[in-house]
Amino acid sequence: MGSKRQFRIWRGDEDGGDLQDYMVEVNEGEVVLDVIHRLQATDAPDLACRWNCKAGKCGSCSMEINGKPRLACMTRMSTFEPDETVSVTPLRTFPVIRDLVTDVSFNYEKARETPAFAPPADVPPGDYRMQQVDVERSQEFRKCIECFLCQNVCHVIRDHEENKPAFSGPRFFIRAAELDMHPLDTRTDRKEYAQAEMGLGYCNITKCCTEVCPEHIKITDNGIIPMKERAVDRRYDPLVWLGSKIFRRGETPQTSVTSARAAGPATPSTTRGGVHSHAGGSHDPQAEAQAQSGVNWHREVPHPTAPAVDERGKLPLTELTFDRAAAPSPFGDDVTFPLPPEHLNFAHPEQDKH
Amino acid sequence: MTTTTRIERHHYDVVVIGAGGAGLRAAIEARLAGKKTAIISKSLFGKAHTVMAEGGAAAAMGNVNPRDNWQVHFRDTMRGGKFLNNFRMAELHAKESPQRIWELETYGALFDRTKTGKISQRNFGGHEYPRLAHVGDRTGLELIRTLQQKIVSLQQEDKREFGSYDARIRVFAETTVTELLLDGDRVAGAFGYYRESGEFVLFEAPAVVLATGGVGRSYKVTSNSWEYTGDGHALALRAGANLINMEFLQFHPTGMVWPPSVKGILVTESVRGDGGVLRNSEGKRFMFDYVPDVFRKQYAETEEEADRWYTDPDNNRRPPELLPRDEVARAINSEVKAGRGTPAGGVFLDIASRKSADEIRRRLPSMYHQFKELADVDITKEPMEVGPTCHYVMGGVEVEPDSGAAVGHVRGLFAAGEVSGGMHGSNRLGGNSLSDLLVFGKRAGGHAASYADSLPERPKVAVQAVEAAVETALAPLQRDTGESPYTLQQDLQAVMGDLVGIIRREGELADALVRLAELRERVAKVSAAGGRRYNPGWHLALDLRNMLVVSECTAKAALERRESRGGHTREDHPAMDPRWRQVNLVCSLEGDAVQLARKPLPKMRPELIALFDRAELAKYLTDEELAEFDALAEEAGN
Amino acid sequence: MTSTATRPRGARTRAAIAAKTLRTDRWWFAPLITVVGLTAWVAYATVRVYMHKWYWVEEFHYLTPFYSPCITDRCVEGAAHFGTVLPDWWIIPEAAFTLPFLLLFRLTCYYYRKAYYRSFWLSPPACAVPDGHQTYSGETRFPLLGQNLHRYFFYAAVIISLINSWDAVLAFHSPEGFGFGLGNLILIGNVVMLWAYTISCHSCRHIIGGRLKHFSKHPLRYRAWTGVSWLNVRHMQLAWITLGTLALTDFYVMAVAAEWFPDLRFIN
Repeated sequence: MGSKRQFRIWRGDEDGGDLQDYMVEVNEGEVVLDVIHRLQATDAPDLACRWNCKAGKCGSCSMEINGKPRLACMTRMSTFEPDETVSVTPLRTFPVIRDLVTDVSFNYEKARETPAFAPPADVPPGDYRMQQVDVERSQEFRKCIECFLCQNVCHVIRDHEENKPAFSGPRFFIRAAELDMHPLDTRTDRKEYAQAEMGLGYCNITKCCTEVCPEHIKITDNGIIPMKERAVDRRYDPLVWLGSKIFRRGETPQTSVTSARAAGPATPSTTRGGVHSHAGGSHDPQAEAQAQSGVNWHREVPHPTAPAVDERGKLPLTELTFDRAAAPSPFGDDVTFPLPPEHLNFAHPEQDKH
Repeated sequence: MTTTTRIERHHYDVVVIGAGGAGLRAAIEARLAGKKTAIISKSLFGKAHTVMAEGGAAAAMGNVNPRDNWQVHFRDTMRGGKFLNNFRMAELHAKESPQRIWELETYGALFDRTKTGKISQRNFGGHEYPRLAHVGDRTGLELIRTLQQKIVSLQQEDKREFGSYDARIRVFAETTVTELLLDGDRVAGAFGYYRESGEFVLFEAPAVVLATGGVGRSYKVTSNSWEYTGDGHALALRAGANLINMEFLQFHPTGMVWPPSVKGILVTESVRGDGGVLRNSEGKRFMFDYVPDVFRKQYAETEEEADRWYTDPDNNRRPPELLPRDEVARAINSEVKAGRGTPAGGVFLDIASRKSADEIRRRLPSMYHQFKELADVDITKEPMEVGPTCHYVMGGVEVEPDSGAAVGHVRGLFAAGEVSGGMHGSNRLGGNSLSDLLVFGKRAGGHAASYADSLPERPKVAVQAVEAAVETALAPLQRDTGESPYTLQQDLQAVMGDLVGIIRREGELADALVRLAELRERVAKVSAAGGRRYNPGWHLALDLRNMLVVSECTAKAALERRESRGGHTREDHPAMDPRWRQVNLVCSLEGDAVQLARKPLPKMRPELIALFDRAELAKYLTDEELAEFDALAEEAGN
Repeated sequence: MTSTATRPRGARTRAAIAAKTLRTDRWWFAPLITVVGLTAWVAYATVRVYMHKWYWVEEFHYLTPFYSPCITDRCVEGAAHFGTVLPDWWIIPEAAFTLPFLLLFRLTCYYYRKAYYRSFWLSPPACAVPDGHQTYSGETRFPLLGQNLHRYFFYAAVIISLINSWDAVLAFHSPEGFGFGLGNLILIGNVVMLWAYTISCHSCRHIIGGRLKHFSKHPLRYRAWTGVSWLNVRHMQLAWITLGTLALTDFYVMAVAAEWFPDLRFIN
């Protein structure tokens, strides 16, 4: 059922290289990565190629197939004509290491420069409340598998190496957009930062990033353009300016906080129960000690609430004799949910830093 | 000697091997404890196999069903692991996972929400309540990205404080560790190579955290990526630590078997949680025939009742498609063996006829897109062809439950995540792995940091050990007569897949051991063509010996355990034996030889065993243990 | 890279691939038809604007959008709804107040930018095909920095769309009073598509709701944003459709005004 197909694969390293021809057997239902694996197992055991999940989830096997930036694991052989020669080359925008492997460190450097999530200082873990509609926009960008195809295809750096220092690329524009749209992110200068430090203005929205995105993230329409518009809000829009004057809706000036510290020490409670909570406690003596000693935390750690037990001291769930799969409430029937926030209990993960 | 002095050296307090969820969480913890930390990643940063986890992270937060709490989660975990779990690990896991999940939100994770704005939780096989925090069906990606970004934010703090991103935490991407170096019985460092250049690198560190994941690459049909070659397992063995429970491998019941481009790729259990049903080639919904007695009371007996459960879970029993994974895997295997499978050797998983296309696309977006793009299969239109796929290894490095420190003749070695053993017993519940990573990653990182603090002086790396490591690593490149590593890997996969697969027999296992011994000879003579720069053939040649030694442990333990339990099914011993429940099989290395020993399981504390019903325990415990339990109950009653 | 960046090494080079692009598909086709389409339209529009005639059908009050609002002294009686404030120098189009803004609205439109950057500027002509320039600074400097003024031109376009709508309403006219013909259908169709194009603008999407951080606190704006987003996905199609309807409307009015063929009347 297999047939021989013609491949041209770029072999070489930073000192040079060229496209080499291979005839490889291809079976029904295979993708380009399968073919490369077959080559490794037969004609070219040292053919260098990155891959991990082979399921389009990790974004490792980025390369250019017939000139188009693609994931090799997501490029079905059935999309080519049977007599078509398939060319496979490494990503052009990044320095080559060997064969199909490139040095993508540019992206990790840019990632490190992008300001991280700034959590709200006064919301302890477990108290984060966000509505689904509010997180959905950011969730779209968090689908990104960091295959860097968008970075590779973007002509700003693909065709102009000299722009690399000033330009972060589509991947990090959507990272900035993701954080700017994050319901609880406290940094308000992300658009200015994107414009001033990340080179948002270099983008001329020719949309190639969106075209190549294997996760189908609308990088341009939902990420870059909104960021451009948000930058415009601050600088150029008279109506928004007027509105913010009239309704005093202007956003507060930026506080450049990236590390979360509680806003200030709250009064430690002296009447604390002193026993670990059932939700977050631990028998680790160290953790237990920490949970009990001067917790720098604004809420009282409540008394433990053991689940209600029956007369034999057991939880009232008897899997085998009970009439259904679910157990009665181990909290007892007199407790209604959701509990008021002040009754919830867990230990603050930051507490051991004080 | 010149070769060793030219090797790049780094000094760290804690070296974390593996950059998946557990590794990153451990590194964050070690860095927060003020330790200079290195993360060593076999592939690029953020590509770890954790991204493949789809369903979610189990944590008894009780956001969707307030009846949930850690005791119920603990019970589910123990039940899922057939009581072979290290109870203490299961307990810690159940107690601490909510905190670990909430913590992720402070790092920037965006889970799906409930109407009240809390983290939404979904149903999953083996969990009594909706418990899995999730983000669509890409929870693993969210987890790894969040941890990755947290590390970046810590690096940014360091940059502000010390002027360098790498001041206190540094990621060595595409770097493989081939050897742990010891000073007496203390860990002194790790030796490896950069994949990119083939240059060697030496990390001197008093504490090493293993977080290297699993061993699936030893199997023919597997969902695991190439990285899963059991490196951490083998490193621990060679350093003097033990492996336990290596006979227990989880075969995910529903991996794609057709078409070939997606073979081995998992179809998340959410498909079944959201209404997908399994049918054989005759169109029969066969799972009703395979409900074991243990679960009879909890699972629906008719299709009507099962279908009602999706909308009214409190008044109906759940559909048998949601049985624990091993039960489902075994049922599929039986159907296929009975000739009622598909031509490709699987069964049909059908959600297309049960949900509208829109709903499928909304509930299972990446599953839909994955199959559409990878194989041109439209899951909203046609059923999927699925079958058992090697997915997860329950066994691993034997660790102290509280600290993650490896048990054995070595100090300063810690393990977390899939590479550690005990937590999941004989079978892992879906969703427990992601929370396992976080809970024990944090613990291992924290304890590695305090161990490094507690040492009066740093262990020293011996020059001879480095020379030996160099020699071993270069050997495959210097031979040109040996076999290709790819051939050897295929042969190994064939042995493991055919003889130590999902259903095992004594004769086949004995045969497997003979063949593995032969393979050992051949692997010792493997040769890799090409040079040192990014040479996948060479990398595979070095990984092979790890895969081999771990496979030997699995085969030996599987032969020894004469019962069926969780991820270990013996056709010749089909029943669960309470006496075997008291035993962990411990694998260690003496010289080059794999040794197997029996070790009693730690005994559950009274208040924990009291969470269970006697009737349930009766299926797992021996008579003596039951008598003990009765005595305890009586005492409590008095 | 997080890891290897700090390891000493020389400057690294990209893979030496001789071919400028290895794309085998017809990547040049899309920029080509864009050039043809836009050039043809601009040529037609220029010719029409400088004809200075056949823009008003007195009988049915049809006014072509290319001459709306008509504000030069040259305007025929009845066509100038807003007075005639400009002299009748030939270089000044009848719609001198609107045409520049419409032109700028489309010129700074996020879709048209993509279209002409790719097809006229070759920057880049297609994905993974090298762009034709030595240096590139994108929209960071004058004059392209001005693309950020799209928002202003959007506001102007809204006003112009109102005027066009008013024109379409006035056109329900005949010598007997109320009237309705094929021309009305075309005018209405054009106005509807113009509104759709204008509202689907990325700036509009941002102003309506995109700029909010918490949709949940603004349910109405969220719904509006959802609607605009639905249209926004079709912005490219609407951009081309409106070019078509504009030209068609103008041609129809011209034809009727020049009496090449009569308007098809349904009522009066």
